[in-house]
Amino acid sequence: MILFVFCFVLGILAVLAGVGGGVLYVPLVSGFFPFHLDFVRGTGLLVALAGALAAGPGLLKRNFANLRLALPMGLIASTCAIFGALLGLALPTNIIQIALGAVIIFIAALLAFSKNVERPVVEKQDGIGGALKMAGAYLEPSTGENIEWKTHRTLPGMILFIFIGIMAGMFGLGAGWANVPVLNLLMGAPLKVAVGTSKFLLSITDTSAAWIYLNRGCVIPLMAVPSIVGLMLGSFVGVRILAVAKPKVIRYIVISVLSFAGIKALLKGLGI
Amino acid sequence: MTSQAPKAAPEQVKYADLLFYGSWAAIAILLITYFVYVSGMLETHVPIHDLSQYWAGPVSEYVHEANIPLGWGWLSLISKGDFLNFIGIVLLASLTIICFLTLLPTYIRNKDLAFVVIVILEVLVLCFGASGILGTGGH
Repeated sequence: MILFVFCFVLGILAVLAGVGGGVLYVPLVSGFFPFHLDFVRGTGLLVALAGALAAGPGLLKRNFANLRLALPMGLIASTCAIFGALLGLALPTNIIQIALGAVIIFIAALLAFSKNVERPVVEKQDGIGGALKMAGAYLEPSTGENIEWKTHRTLPGMILFIFIGIMAGMFGLGAGWANVPVLNLLMGAPLKVAVGTSKFLLSITDTSAAWIYLNRGCVIPLMAVPSIVGLMLGSFVGVRILAVAKPKVIRYIVISVLSFAGIKALLKGLGI
Repeated sequence: MTSQAPKAAPEQVKYADLLFYGSWAAIAILLITYFVYVSGMLETHVPIHDLSQYWAGPVSEYVHEANIPLGWGWLSLISKGDFLNFIGIVLLASLTIICFLTLLPTYIRNKDLAFVVIVILEVLVLCFGASGILGTGGH
């Protein structure tokens, strides 16, 4: 019940701060609950997966998530997530804990300092992006305008998705925090498409890694089900609160909490 | 003037519909099976009050000491309250594979060779992950 309430609150915070559930779940639950990191990572992937599956239909229908952009990147990330998961389960827990702490502190810094661009300018689409027809259009509700977009720098984007996949699998974090800057800042997708496609991408990336953890016994239903349901319900409430909340304040709270959780994971890994 | 929203590609809409019904079905199944589990209607493989002695240690200890099956071995314990929950969990984890398969006919019909290859490779990767071939080790 405590875990359910905790995850419910995490779900609200995640929506308000614009981050995925897994990135909050793994460092906080491993830091404040008695569960071993193996079980937290396995459940963290299921939590991120459930959130992505629930959000996916709406994003796809509104063209905020695009299959032509997501599928090639998803193939790379999901393949690498398998290797990430295997690596994560093979390495000693303290090494993973230290690396997790460092990654969480990096994510907190990324959230604090990265400046995503609403509509990046893409003068000319590159050859790979053109061949894969990575382009689309969506309706911007705030202006009633149809926004057409295309991407560039597809190859560097694909290379970065190798690392994103490995990290997602290794730490069970989901990887929205990394997907969005790559799709938006590097490849030039509009922010709404980058956020929507990133969320949908998690349903592909996390599936492959989740299977590895599931097959190795890392999912204990007593902790997994309240976590998944709590975070999903919290996300629904978060979407409603979003209309009246001050997301900037919440974002700073989440950055502070993540920094604290990152330092805690780092110290735990170092045995301090 | 407000423009009309650009329509999503038909295969994208089909994928979205399947994802919608599939994920909510999985969540509903999870809630029902979890209720069956915690209410004690069915016998469990690992008693609930014993779990706290396993969850603080690494998964290898839990698997060994609580005799937890690896890979798809959970199917043999489906009549137990705890492993009954795996139906919803596995459905959640299988949805992407099922949705990808629905894309294939459209891409084949459109002679979109690159995406036919991407979809086939993705299904193979996910099935490989799900197969349990990689699921018998541990640290």
